[in-house]
Amino acid sequence: MIDMPQAAPQAASAPAPAAGAPAPAPVKDGRTTERSLLRRVLGRPEIGALIGAIVVYVFFFAVAPTFRQVDSMATVLYQASTMGIMALAVALLMIGGEFDLSAGVAVTSSALTAAILSFQLTLNVWSGVLIALVLSLAVGAFNGFLLVKTGLPSFLVTLGTFLMLQGLNLAVTKLFTGNVASDSIRGMDGFDQAKAVFASEITIAGVDVKITVLWWLLFAAFATWLLLRTKYGNWIFAVGGNQDSARAVGVPVVFTKITLFMGVGFAAWFVGMHLLFSFSTVQASEGVGNEFLYIIAAVIGGCMLTGGYGSAVGAVIGAFIFGMVSQGIVYANWNPDWFKFFLGVMLLFATLVNLWVRRSATRR
Amino acid sequence: METTATTENTDREHADQGKTDAAGDPIVVLRNVGKSYGNIHALRGVDLEVRPGRVSCVLGDNGAGKSTLIKIISGLHQHTEGEYLVDGEPVRLSGPREALDRGIATVYQDLATVPLMPVWRNFFLGSEITRGPWPFRRLDIAGMKSVADRELRNMGIVLDDLEQPIGTLSGGQRQSVAIARAVYFGARVLILDEPTAALGVKQSGVVLKYIAAARERGLGVIFITHNPHHAYMVGDHFTVLRLGAVELSAPRKEITLEELTHHMAGGAELAALKHELAQVSGVDVEELPDEGAPPAGAPAARA
Repeated sequence: MIDMPQAAPQAASAPAPAAGAPAPAPVKDGRTTERSLLRRVLGRPEIGALIGAIVVYVFFFAVAPTFRQVDSMATVLYQASTMGIMALAVALLMIGGEFDLSAGVAVTSSALTAAILSFQLTLNVWSGVLIALVLSLAVGAFNGFLLVKTGLPSFLVTLGTFLMLQGLNLAVTKLFTGNVASDSIRGMDGFDQAKAVFASEITIAGVDVKITVLWWLLFAAFATWLLLRTKYGNWIFAVGGNQDSARAVGVPVVFTKITLFMGVGFAAWFVGMHLLFSFSTVQASEGVGNEFLYIIAAVIGGCMLTGGYGSAVGAVIGAFIFGMVSQGIVYANWNPDWFKFFLGVMLLFATLVNLWVRRSATRR
Repeated sequence: METTATTENTDREHADQGKTDAAGDPIVVLRNVGKSYGNIHALRGVDLEVRPGRVSCVLGDNGAGKSTLIKIISGLHQHTEGEYLVDGEPVRLSGPREALDRGIATVYQDLATVPLMPVWRNFFLGSEITRGPWPFRRLDIAGMKSVADRELRNMGIVLDDLEQPIGTLSGGQRQSVAIARAVYFGARVLILDEPTAALGVKQSGVVLKYIAAARERGLGVIFITHNPHHAYMVGDHFTVLRLGAVELSAPRKEITLEELTHHMAGGAELAALKHELAQVSGVDVEELPDEGAPPAGAPAARA
């Protein structure tokens, strides 16, 4: 009690740590200070993408009047969603330290499998859909298995799968249809059901929104939960951040990597099914080059190329930027050829912002 | 040098105190263990015992086979010769996970941490605490943070922000986090791979204190180092490896620091080097240690 008056001025004279420090302030050794709220917010992986998204939004809002309409936003979101579903899986894989160059054509492979099998064997389309799922997961597992067993870089392994799938898509399609597109499966058993799941449109507050937008946001929520709130998410960061350390403390590295590739397979199946049931036919040559768009979305969203850092929310924002740019150019009545140029600018800009933000945030 | 000597004395008392406790049955026993990688015979004929409450030091120069030995004990590699017993039962570990399940934890030279991940995630990496039924099973973040904070405080490490990436901590702090982690996860045998190699004098002292603390808690410790001074401060038994074979194996009471340093430095080899240096003009060899023969009463050294 007698100490009280002495203690009080001492506490008051001590420099207040962070504003609003909790009452039972833990003992601190004084060598480190709490990072400020701003620093911690800036330390989030997706912050660079968020700034980029706002800049792009304001830009097109200013130059393209059509962009301001709610319907246009629905179209932008649709563009972003099909790409965003893939970008999510690719982002998780990249946080886990790997690439998948076969992701673009894997979408087409999955759609072709479902279409050709259903049509040739006159199955209920759901059978084709399920077989396509098994095949897509198997391609992912093959990529992952080859990677962990051979120790080759994922760039080489998936480049191989990319070429193989590209060849198979064309050759097998021609073999069955004599054409470079699958036969239309419209009207077959189960088509309408499957269309409702993968490619329908729903009206929200008077605006028609593609169902993929909802799936995209649902998957994003799931991926975020998985990444930050589960054991498996911890393992993803660990295998990407330092694979040997992860293995040494007992993280199942092989399991984590293979399942991450299978996650990309799952996303490729989902997007493939969307394409199939929107157009009821698939072009065998589609998808080439898209793998880079997924990687770009993930990188714009703050994923590090070397792994171990990134977020699912970032990949969502990255895909959203992609949607805004690709549609914004149309609404602004510009030549769509400018799209790739803008994408390149965005990529460099976002990467630089991410780099700068990460440097200034981790410095204490 | 003076500071070293003082710490040494206090630590020796420390060690002698520990010795009075009856040590239990050995947890880990290696008998004539060897390992070849194809043509390369990296390790041969190694015998080692690890008892609870004892520190077994493994010394050796670079390339002596220290790393191979701990990789075998920690389950990263499998031995190709001899016997490896845990609790008297011959084992062939399938990986680090199995070693951990048997209570053998390793703190690696590179610390086995993931630099960009927060401290608390690193602390629980590979052994995360979860709650909730399966499809909704999730990390118990609050629980893990409070356990990590408590355990680190017990080790004398106070961090303001467990969310900071572990890469921002100093080498000694990271080392201590790694040791605290191993102790918390019920390690019975703690393997420390050159924990003091990259540290300054003061930080090395901190780590040596943790080794003594771990021994006091009844853990068996395998302390790998190439610093005989550090080893002698905390060790109960010393094994010196040279070119993949055991050069010396002796309990503390049979060996002095001078002998240990001598064996560690390469003994006879050093004398030859001294002779060579004497031929080079400008090198004063008068001050260098004398002849290579170990002093009388030295334990049986296996060549």
